[in-house]
Amino acid sequence: MVDRKAVNCEQVWQEISNYIEGEVDAPLRAAMDEHFRACRHCASVLAGTRNVIALYSDERMIDEQTIEVPAGFGRRLERRLAQNARVSGGTRWSTWSAWLVPVAALLLFAGGLRVANSLTAGPELKSEHAQPGQGIPPDMLVVVTADARVFHVAGCGFIHNKKTERTLTAREAMRQGYVPCLRCMREYLQTATAGHIALESEEDADADGDDGDLQVGGH
Amino acid sequence: MVLNTVVNNPEQAAATREQDLIARVQRGQNELFYELVRPYERRVYAAALAILHNESDAEDAAQEAMLKAFANIRQFRAEARFSTWLIQITVNEALMRRRRERTVVMEGIDDRREEESEYAPREFADWREIPSESLERKEVRQKLAEALATLDRKYREVFVLRDMEQLNIQETAEALGISVASVKTRLLRARLMLRDLLAAGWEQGWFSRLPFEKGSKPW
Repeated sequence: MVDRKAVNCEQVWQEISNYIEGEVDAPLRAAMDEHFRACRHCASVLAGTRNVIALYSDERMIDEQTIEVPAGFGRRLERRLAQNARVSGGTRWSTWSAWLVPVAALLLFAGGLRVANSLTAGPELKSEHAQPGQGIPPDMLVVVTADARVFHVAGCGFIHNKKTERTLTAREAMRQGYVPCLRCMREYLQTATAGHIALESEEDADADGDDGDLQVGGH
Repeated sequence: MVLNTVVNNPEQAAATREQDLIARVQRGQNELFYELVRPYERRVYAAALAILHNESDAEDAAQEAMLKAFANIRQFRAEARFSTWLIQITVNEALMRRRRERTVVMEGIDDRREEESEYAPREFADWREIPSESLERKEVRQKLAEALATLDRKYREVFVLRDMEQLNIQETAEALGISVASVKTRLLRARLMLRDLLAAGWEQGWFSRLPFEKGSKPW
């Protein structure tokens, strides 16, 4: 128990943090105030402790130059959240099914359900940069390989990992999220987006390497 | 009038926007969650790093905490601060990971022994104020971060949560699963030790280029 009438240096040191927090009672605060006026050493301890708190509580101590969040932290987090959102979305889906059925019936009845655009609008693309091609014959035979996101005309010089080649229709390739190769499918691509597509097969593969288990739409 | 208040008070505007985001995510707009937590990425990571002291483990813990926050967002109540809630989940996650380390058992014994003895300041010369403007200099922030990193984990984590992450004493105790009395004891020690380290830093020239008021001595 600290004597409320007079406190010595050791007692002040033990209470100095509570004093700053405002967690000492009035008699003790008065005794400590008196002590600080008379003791330069303890006044120095108080000033230094306050200085420490002021400096470290400054927002600049947690800014980007002081605390370096690992590169790609946000991107990895965003992907994991997106993946979790899809999982939890699936759970909620069942609770919506009661009203989804009549809504779907209404759409069908109105004849408003158009499937013609499904080739380009339906699947989730395997690259965030990728854009679907336009006017690609749906029954055209194309080639895809494992670990790539691009489909090619057979014999294209930019097919990687040829040992894993498999042939399928363009319709099926796009349904699975593949995008057209810039080189061999050039005639179906818009020039404004072609640059991204040209690079994505190599660059995205590298960028995604550290969190490949989180990728969307794998084989 | 309301619009003017928001426009004239950026903090209020940010708080209002955050409340709106929380409400929308709680109603099922999952895609907004990342936008909600993005401003706190660095603080969450810093809290995990203070406990785990390892960048890779800290990232894992921080990301896992964000996913848990996402999974439990409907349990968040508006009367709490969202940032505090997020930090507490992070601390829980980081502590859970740390408990897997066998060394924790030994640390618990050390904690009791060390907290029985009192810490006395070592430096009593008149305090040389380190102005907050000095934090503009990256090297000063780094020196402060290095000083903090030299503290034992149990002192560092309390100090980071209370003085840097701005949790109150009770919240810090709850987050770490220790008593309020232990938080106060550790906080006192952390602050006094840092004060001594900064005093020594003057001798080592950490703050030698700081501006001083005209006519005054540098301490």
